[in-house]
Amino acid sequence: MGGTIAEKILARASSRASVRPGEVVEPAVDLAMSHENAALVINQFHEVYKGTGLVPRVWDPSRIAIIFDHRVPAESAKTATNQKRVRKFVAEHGIEKFHEIRGDEGGICHQILPENGYVRPGMVVVGTDSHTTTHGALGAIAWGIGATEMAAVWTLGFVPNVEVPATIKVVIEGELPAWVGPKDIILMLIGQIGAKGANFRVLEFHGETAARMTTSGRLVLSNMAVEAGATAGVFPADEETVRYLRREAGVVGDIRLVEPDADAAFESIVTLDVSALAPQIACPHTVDNVKPIGEVEGTRVNQIVIGSCTNGRLDDLAIAAGVLRGKKVARSTRMLVFPASGRVYRKALELGYVGDLMNAGAVVMNSGCGCCLGIHQGALGDGEVALSTTNRNFQGRMGNPTAEVYLCSPAVAAASALQGIITDPRKAGLD
Amino acid sequence: MATVLYKLGDDISTDVIYPGRYMATVLPAETPKFAFGDLKELNAALISGKVAPGSIILAGSNFGCGSSREQAASCLQGHALVIVAKSIARIFLQNAVNVGLEVVIVPDIVAEIGDELEFFVTKVINKTRGHEFAVLPHAQTRQAIIKAGGLVSYTRQRLMHMTASAS
Ligand code: SF4
Repeated sequence: MGGTIAEKILARASSRASVRPGEVVEPAVDLAMSHENAALVINQFHEVYKGTGLVPRVWDPSRIAIIFDHRVPAESAKTATNQKRVRKFVAEHGIEKFHEIRGDEGGICHQILPENGYVRPGMVVVGTDSHTTTHGALGAIAWGIGATEMAAVWTLGFVPNVEVPATIKVVIEGELPAWVGPKDIILMLIGQIGAKGANFRVLEFHGETAARMTTSGRLVLSNMAVEAGATAGVFPADEETVRYLRREAGVVGDIRLVEPDADAAFESIVTLDVSALAPQIACPHTVDNVKPIGEVEGTRVNQIVIGSCTNGRLDDLAIAAGVLRGKKVARSTRMLVFPASGRVYRKALELGYVGDLMNAGAVVMNSGCGCCLGIHQGALGDGEVALSTTNRNFQGRMGNPTAEVYLCSPAVAAASALQGIITDPRKAGLD
Repeated sequence: MATVLYKLGDDISTDVIYPGRYMATVLPAETPKFAFGDLKELNAALISGKVAPGSIILAGSNFGCGSSREQAASCLQGHALVIVAKSIARIFLQNAVNVGLEVVIVPDIVAEIGDELEFFVTKVINKTRGHEFAVLPHAQTRQAIIKAGGLVSYTRQRLMHMTASAS
């Protein structure tokens, strides 16, 4: 019996011929990512060494990535001091993949890793962030871990005690209608299988629609796989993966293609036909509370957000700029845009998208997590409603437990800005 | 024997357990004061210092879904709470075991605030209502970490072992 993508990668990384769901492995880590929470990882890493008489040394400084994104620029003295501590550690240990608060190299961790070619097919990637699942889009197995577990990885170079997860095959078929995209597909899937539908499982994406998707679109699906509880969300690495890595991420070395064995054992198979899919909206306060747009059209929104590691890439900004070019954001709402990385931001400037969005009335903020987690930018007022292309709408997520957050695609967000109400882009007279 | 202090529904996310705006606070010694920061009554009870160690937070399914923030586990551990849930999201479950927060998965649990529960290896008895429920045991991988007293000491043991066999 052959292996799924996750099983094949975990077998390789654990020096075994094959592994089966439920077996315990200790896979060697190819890339270990943290953001500002590296401050806690550092603390736990030092705890591990306490009383051992050994000098704390990370196992491999070239395989650790630290990206400042969650609160950039720092919103408080406390954050700034944490960031200062992390910088000191980075310098002391020679951490190579460190991304500072900068307009040229900075950005959201889940955009920085792919666009710099740090993630390649077949890798084992762990990150102290639940959306580390994102990197499965490139044919890697990538999952989120806690800070203490990362301290263990920094110390040992492998993830201790991993239970091999079973894999659910998701087959996506059909031509996507106009104004409907990857975000609508993943919202539909999460609505269908629920917030814990894939808990302790890997989602592996197949089908003609998945195969036709660009890497940018695949990143959206893998990113939100965790919202169905999935450990990871992986795509086979194919020609499109190679194109992305060579052309957009500048990878020069070998790139292995990755696919499941023909006789791989999937725990179950979910088939989605997207040919008649309507734009999907995740309604407050859970990501699996998904409705077709028709059921919430007309809802007033106070704040529209386009950005995040889910939908803050160039193609997302292109859609938004296309909708808003020469038009105005309604005065009853406000619109915030935060590009996924400095690189995306500068491309969007060159291509005129930033100008289009600003002329329409949107505020284009620096790249970073911004209002996605409601810490220091774009918090909501009491009882306010937001419509956002981010990935979570839990109560309090945007900084106010009395506010409501709806999640949608960039097309829906931009179309909704025109009147400040949730608007179906298919009916908004756009071309 | 311990008392159910509070009852929560399904899909309680880490944003509810430890709101994002407190994430600049990372050290386990400092996180407990923000536990359930937006559930004012519960937070006030916890920080009053009057909640008995071992008190139970009862949750539905998918407890701890969402972000990987370890503060969500450490803040509850700091109050010495015991989490009883129908099911627990993966990252939170691992974090809980890693930081030594006691979590018990009881898929069919029925209990209300004030009920007394008694814990055994394979079952939980609701003494107030006279019912017993099966406990889903922790996977062997997590038991090794629990036995070592958390992931910091577990990793330290592994490190010492590796260092000894290398020299
Ligand atoms: S943009 Fe939002 S979801 Fe993405 S890494 Fe930042 S906080 Fe997390």
